[in-house]
Amino acid sequence: MVATFEPKTDYKVVGTRPIRHDGYDKVTGRAIYGGDMKLPGLIWGVCVRSPHAHAKIKSIDTSAAEAMDGVFAVITRDDMPKAESKLVDLGEGNINFKWASNKLMADTKVLYKGHPVAAIAAVDRYTAEEAARLVVVEYDVLPSVTNVVDALKDDAPILLDDLVGDDLGEDVTNTNMAAHVRHEFGDVEGAMSSAAHTIEREYNMQMVHQGYIEPHNATATWDEEDRIKVWTSTQGAFPARTQIAGILQVDVSRVKVTPLEIGGGFGGKIPVYFEPLAALLSKKSGRPVKMVMERTAIFETTGPTPGARMIIKLGADADGKLTAATADIWFEAGANPGAFIGPAAMCVYAPYEIANTRIDGWDVLVNKPKVAPYRAPGSPQVAFAMESTIDELCENAGWDSMKFRVDNASKEGTRRGDGVLFSKIGMEEVLEAAQQSAHWTSPIGDAPEGKKRGRGIANGYWFNIGLKSSANLSVNADGTVQLTEGSTDIGGSRVAMAMHVAEVLGLTAHDVRPTVGDTESVGYTDVTGGSRTTYATGYACWIAANNLVEVLKDRVAVLWDINKDDVDFNDGVFSSKAEAEKTIGFKELAGKLDDLGGPANSTGSVDLESAGDGFGMHIADVEIDIATGKTDIIRYTAIQDVGTAIHPSYVEGQLQGGSVQGIGWALNEEYFMTDTGTMANSSFLDYRMPTSLDLPLIETVLVEVPNPLHPYGVRGVGETPICPPIPAIANAIQDAIGTRLYNTPMNAGSILEALK
Amino acid sequence: MTTNSPSKVHVTTTINGQEHELLVPGYMSLLDTLRELIGLTGTKEGCLDGNCGACTVTVDGRIVDSCLVLGAEVNGKTVETIEGMATPEGLHPLQQAFLEEAALQCGICTPGFLVAAKGLLDNEPSPTEGRIRHWLAGNLCRCTGYDKIVRAVQKASS
Amino acid sequence: MHPFAYVAPSTVAEAVAVLNEHGDRARPLAGGTDLLVKARANVWELDAVVDIKNIPELMTISVNGDGLSMGAGVPCYQVYDNSEVAAQYPGIIDGVSIIGGIQIQSRAGLGGNLCNAAPSGDGIPSLIAYSAIAKIASVNGTREVAVEDFCTGPSRTVLEAGELLVSIDVPKPAANSGAAYTRFIPRNEMDIAVAGVGVFVQLDASGQNFVSGRIALASVGPTPILASAAGDSLAGKPVNDETIAAAASLAKDAATPITDMRGTIDQRKQLVEVLTGRMIKQAVERARG
Repeated sequence: MVATFEPKTDYKVVGTRPIRHDGYDKVTGRAIYGGDMKLPGLIWGVCVRSPHAHAKIKSIDTSAAEAMDGVFAVITRDDMPKAESKLVDLGEGNINFKWASNKLMADTKVLYKGHPVAAIAAVDRYTAEEAARLVVVEYDVLPSVTNVVDALKDDAPILLDDLVGDDLGEDVTNTNMAAHVRHEFGDVEGAMSSAAHTIEREYNMQMVHQGYIEPHNATATWDEEDRIKVWTSTQGAFPARTQIAGILQVDVSRVKVTPLEIGGGFGGKIPVYFEPLAALLSKKSGRPVKMVMERTAIFETTGPTPGARMIIKLGADADGKLTAATADIWFEAGANPGAFIGPAAMCVYAPYEIANTRIDGWDVLVNKPKVAPYRAPGSPQVAFAMESTIDELCENAGWDSMKFRVDNASKEGTRRGDGVLFSKIGMEEVLEAAQQSAHWTSPIGDAPEGKKRGRGIANGYWFNIGLKSSANLSVNADGTVQLTEGSTDIGGSRVAMAMHVAEVLGLTAHDVRPTVGDTESVGYTDVTGGSRTTYATGYACWIAANNLVEVLKDRVAVLWDINKDDVDFNDGVFSSKAEAEKTIGFKELAGKLDDLGGPANSTGSVDLESAGDGFGMHIADVEIDIATGKTDIIRYTAIQDVGTAIHPSYVEGQLQGGSVQGIGWALNEEYFMTDTGTMANSSFLDYRMPTSLDLPLIETVLVEVPNPLHPYGVRGVGETPICPPIPAIANAIQDAIGTRLYNTPMNAGSILEALK
Repeated sequence: MTTNSPSKVHVTTTINGQEHELLVPGYMSLLDTLRELIGLTGTKEGCLDGNCGACTVTVDGRIVDSCLVLGAEVNGKTVETIEGMATPEGLHPLQQAFLEEAALQCGICTPGFLVAAKGLLDNEPSPTEGRIRHWLAGNLCRCTGYDKIVRAVQKASS
Repeated sequence: MHPFAYVAPSTVAEAVAVLNEHGDRARPLAGGTDLLVKARANVWELDAVVDIKNIPELMTISVNGDGLSMGAGVPCYQVYDNSEVAAQYPGIIDGVSIIGGIQIQSRAGLGGNLCNAAPSGDGIPSLIAYSAIAKIASVNGTREVAVEDFCTGPSRTVLEAGELLVSIDVPKPAANSGAAYTRFIPRNEMDIAVAGVGVFVQLDASGQNFVSGRIALASVGPTPILASAAGDSLAGKPVNDETIAAAASLAKDAATPITDMRGTIDQRKQLVEVLTGRMIKQAVERARG
């Protein structure tokens, strides 16, 4: 039985904008991020990396590196424990430890440029890097594939010889196709053939990276008792612990992970990269070892999001109702399986009610780094394809694309592309808010000489997840409350956790002091990702706070010598049901706890199956210099159903940040591959993320359709915002120049081509 | 001067108003000098090639990417980092504005932005939005989309 | 990165002595925004860097009746903050204002930009357009090279081992002249030019006719290119759209771009034509005052 909640309106703390508790440390430089970690005797670790995209390792000679002054330890694949080829549920997706281990240190083959083949710990970074250059590796270079089309050709070089692909339940060997799944409902062929309007289009997208500014890092010690301590910037200390223990083949109880502050993740810091290597180097050297990743290696060897090939076909009746849809989706997995075709299938049709649907998704290996989640993984890709096709269908049929989206909008009971039925969702409310928005109701204005302007809209969706979270509370004598919760804080979440507790207890946000716990100080908590943190961990905090009220009611009962059932609690005040004038406030009670039974503590935990879906629509105005193809975003608005905004500033921030990542993805970002299968632009110089000069202010409209699955109505908000921007910009470009682009990035060169 | 083997350089420099006397390897960046030699980790590493601004500090009043300055080069110069921005009396108005406007999410770019923005407001107390964006284009943020950062700088300006 | 020594001489003589001693294993350090990136990427293996910023004549700007002289180490911000340079050499200001961002401009300068010899160097086309001269010192004395002859290939210059760029000298522009530089980049700052065009024009007293023109291109060949035919085509012609379009077309013909991760051949050729037209017009506006 899943608990449901009625929406409230009389919040005291929820909906306000307190200064975040960790803010002072962060604006003064005091906050300790992973790369700032220091320990006595600390030495530095680096990886030796493959220069080739695909090669057999013939030999590794580390002798010169080992002999170098200042080098403490060198490890290779011989030092890596033999991890099991076993799938473990990490919460957001499974992990196979054999592949995860292979990603950190290549076994017999290197599968992408930068794939580590050895690691070195030395007295400092400069020495370690020089020592790395002394390691001699002999390779047998193999042909490589870097896109889904080439990877599926009959003569394609095979990445994993032992891969058994699953093609709709049939085993396939000698392949780069890890999986082919299908979801089908209704009579697609029949509906498509009788549709008054049909359209079929193909889209191709290059791989892109999350682009967090903070490099991956890890500091580790492996002690005499075979206990491993790790300090790292991670999106989840517990999932990191599971991965580290699995790769190192030790029990999870041997590993303690302390999450330090984290400088961005967006999904990319869910997998571990350095933690097990730093631990092994520590074991071999007897010293604490720190590793910080170079930016080139971050691009080349961590987890970007899949590049994609997608074919969308839509059918609609003469009255503008969608009747049929098919999607063929090929995603790049990188060097191991797991390309997010499941989430893509969940998202592709989500904003629309369509009776007859089919989705075919292929998970394809290529000689690129193994992909990791990037903010709604799979959804921005399918949104580009679907929302562009919707607009083109409308253009061809002479329909208004906003009205079309309204007429075909999903609602409670609509079936998603993978078969799940929506509960209470906010798609219609979002469309209404978009039409009322200042942006939509303002003219776009005239373009200056030589330029053209266009406006585009697009929907976006992410399902959001629930999973497990834990929280502990304890009361201080001064009436403040200590909160320890398990969600690492990437974007200001700890203040929202504190606000949940404050709302229940009738305290101010600043009277609740939140701490992000390590794996030995708080209960199991899944990743900070999946747009789950405010929803699930907030829920756990709410439970802990309500449990604390019960504990305190016991103490009040002792204080007044009455039954616990006679104690009431409202707005921070305990009272006797029998004698209404008998009251005691939270702070006053806190001061008396020593005489009423001692410390008052509580816990709360959740394991949530479902979460509240997040729908959004964005409006983009572009201005294009038709002589150069340069596209500027001149106005941008993100409208989204956020359930309930606990701290509106940070909800706005999620909408703005996701929008700008989508804008960068749409216009300029890509993995530009050479013909030897390597990334040519692996630096922030040529991997072009938007700067402050590339953008206007990002307007936000927070639509609040409370989620019945959360006590305060919270829906996940973080991921949906990256889904609409790419198609909104594609639709705006079409509006401006009358030509549609079907590939990303939609950069100046491709616009010039389109204008010819 | 002989250059037969890399030697350390004797550097006397003032950092956040405090004089430091250091022996710095000739090849060590100012960023590493601050973070590893002195222990001031508020200045962050993001790319090590001058494209993200996370390592921004001020040298003799000018904002620079400290990853592309050698520690040896600040001999006789004045360096200001994020750690010197607040005083015992309180936060700099920019720091206060960043907190109030929620101009940080993960916060890793924040020290760089604050030092860079201070470099602007120290010379131009009332910049336009366009001037703010132009000045800060050398600082990358991936979390905020820059909106609240720009608003915070506007709030802190006169 | 190969660990290198740091030396900071205070005279040109000391500097060239060290450079001569180490050959190509020592390099002069000005702003460091190219040198440190290359050293860290192991493009160069250095035993020493020679910081030239304590040598007074490499750090001065002088503007007088003969022209403009900029020491090789002068950073961009000192050029654009100099009101005399800004008033008299606007084309150079255009270049130094768009190299990198503010942090880079605090350190990087035209000397390093020229010696780094990237085909995309944003400072170089204007220097060529203004007929600038590079002054070079070595243990053997000094010599001069026209800036358009300075770069010989990507990252290659006429500098021999042990030579040091001392200054870049720009002759005083004639009356009724103007100059401008722009480039195309995918974002609005921080990018390497996809194509860049610097133009210098001299008009007659009426301002209605060209006396002469010099047009230089970035990012469309192995070095920055002096598009002589394009510039020469302006001489004696009236200032109108036809003349400008003809010159822009000749500039496009002078471009020999490649396709790489920053742009395609077709795109770069189109950009050269478009930007040349725009920069001639802007230079004319400046010439007319």
